[in-house]
Amino acid sequence: MQPFTAITTGLRRYGAIYLALLKNSIVREMGFKSNFLLWIVVEALWFALQLGYFVVIYSHTESIAGWSKWEVVLLIGTAQFIQQLFTAIFLTNVTDLSELIRTGKLDFMLLLPVNTRFLISFRKVDLGGFVNAGMALCVVGYACNQLGITPTFQHITGYFVLCIAGVFIHYALVLVLAVSAFWTVRSQGVVWCYYNLFNIARMPQTAFRGTFKIIFTLAVPMLLIANVPAKLILTRLDSILEMGLLLVITMIWLILSEFCWRVSLRRYTSASS
Amino acid sequence: MVKKYWYIIGIGVQNTLVYRVNFLLRALFGLIPLTATIFLWKAVFAEKAEGSTVAGYTLASMVSYYLVVTVVDALTAVTEDDWQISADIKDGNINQFLLKPVDYLRYRLCLFVAGRFVYLAAAAVPVAVFVLVQREYFVIPVHAMTWVWFAGSIIMAALLNFFISYSMAMLAFWVVEISTFIFILFAFEYIAGGHLFPVDIMPAGLLEVLNWTPFPYQLFFPVSVYLERSQGLGLWRGLGIQFFWVIFFFGLARLAWSRGVRKYTAVGG
Repeated sequence: MQPFTAITTGLRRYGAIYLALLKNSIVREMGFKSNFLLWIVVEALWFALQLGYFVVIYSHTESIAGWSKWEVVLLIGTAQFIQQLFTAIFLTNVTDLSELIRTGKLDFMLLLPVNTRFLISFRKVDLGGFVNAGMALCVVGYACNQLGITPTFQHITGYFVLCIAGVFIHYALVLVLAVSAFWTVRSQGVVWCYYNLFNIARMPQTAFRGTFKIIFTLAVPMLLIANVPAKLILTRLDSILEMGLLLVITMIWLILSEFCWRVSLRRYTSASS
Repeated sequence: MVKKYWYIIGIGVQNTLVYRVNFLLRALFGLIPLTATIFLWKAVFAEKAEGSTVAGYTLASMVSYYLVVTVVDALTAVTEDDWQISADIKDGNINQFLLKPVDYLRYRLCLFVAGRFVYLAAAAVPVAVFVLVQREYFVIPVHAMTWVWFAGSIIMAALLNFFISYSMAMLAFWVVEISTFIFILFAFEYIAGGHLFPVDIMPAGLLEVLNWTPFPYQLFFPVSVYLERSQGLGLWRGLGIQFFWVIFFFGLARLAWSRGVRKYTAVGG
């Protein structure tokens, strides 16, 4: 019974800490209400832009690599959903990391009696991200409607599990990007790399060929993150193995990110006096 | 008089050299969505009959478009100048320019030029390799004069990008947090500037409106000059509108600065 109670008290403790952090974030966001709303507008605009991009392309063609217009809309919505969920929970925290290291503020985090990785990962919650994720789900729903698809309960459950796996891949990847580059890259640099990398998640995997496809399927699974859940809903999965592959790669990336985190922490020397 | 601005360029080069790896990564990661877009177009053309076109673009000229976009973008894009200028205003770093005989706009322009030099040096290898890999699609202009117009439109595009960003950053005199505005502007530049696809594949009515906005002249227009899609009257009209917008945003930048300084209370020191 001993380890079991240790786990539950641990969970309860970290749950309480997370709630405190969440409350803190809400208070902070509400201090800048207009800014909060403007960010939602910005994200909505970029989402509309991504959709507009494909609408323009589909005005010149019937299908891209076997994907019809509404199927791609469903794919873009899924990619956006995953990305926004990631933004809500992790993005600012992970990209702030290089700043914490540069200014030496990480010292303070290391001294607190909490797991440091937990703290730096969950410090701030970006509430706008949840709003945008909701918007993305609406687009997914609308696309389903246009395609005449009514997903079963199993499909919906599987869809959300795969999306959450996608969020974790985002998290692990960006953490690796942030810790491995903190000597030279400013936080804006990391955000830039991130947006470029995840840009391709919304494209149909079947359009790609060669080395590019292999790298971004197996090593950096950008072409799986949104494609697999979207294909599950569209009942277009070639085999159940695709879902397994996504989950396995998620695990590998999480382990890798923990490894990178530990190595870089060992190399950390404080910057302030 | 001119000499002190050369000094600033020198200092700018040294300062931005610190972030050369940052620039290299920017250039490298920028190639990922670009490659993806090329794949996407190949898939689009694969479903069509051999030799068919999309709004006048063959597959080869479409790929060529993106290659030239990469080069023009490296030459003219503003990377972090807008963030730095707004930070200068917010943190009170502009105090010294109010006291010293250095004009802030010219100072920033020098830093922008210096930043482009360093960026080009850092991005040269990845971009060159990328263009080489796709070399079968890379076209060279037929007419020699095209190079002249291309150079002119590139310089104007760079100035336009800079003045727009500078004017935008002036908002920091009035608003604390301007990143949302920068991203909204960036979104319009992205779709209407030709980053995502050639502007002229959009519906004709929309295109006619867009041609009067500054956005296509930030990137799309120089590329279309290079690809010789803008010729004769269209070329002159384009250069004229581009020139107008450069002057307009130069004026706006000056105006915003003088208004802003009047309102400015030096924070920090």
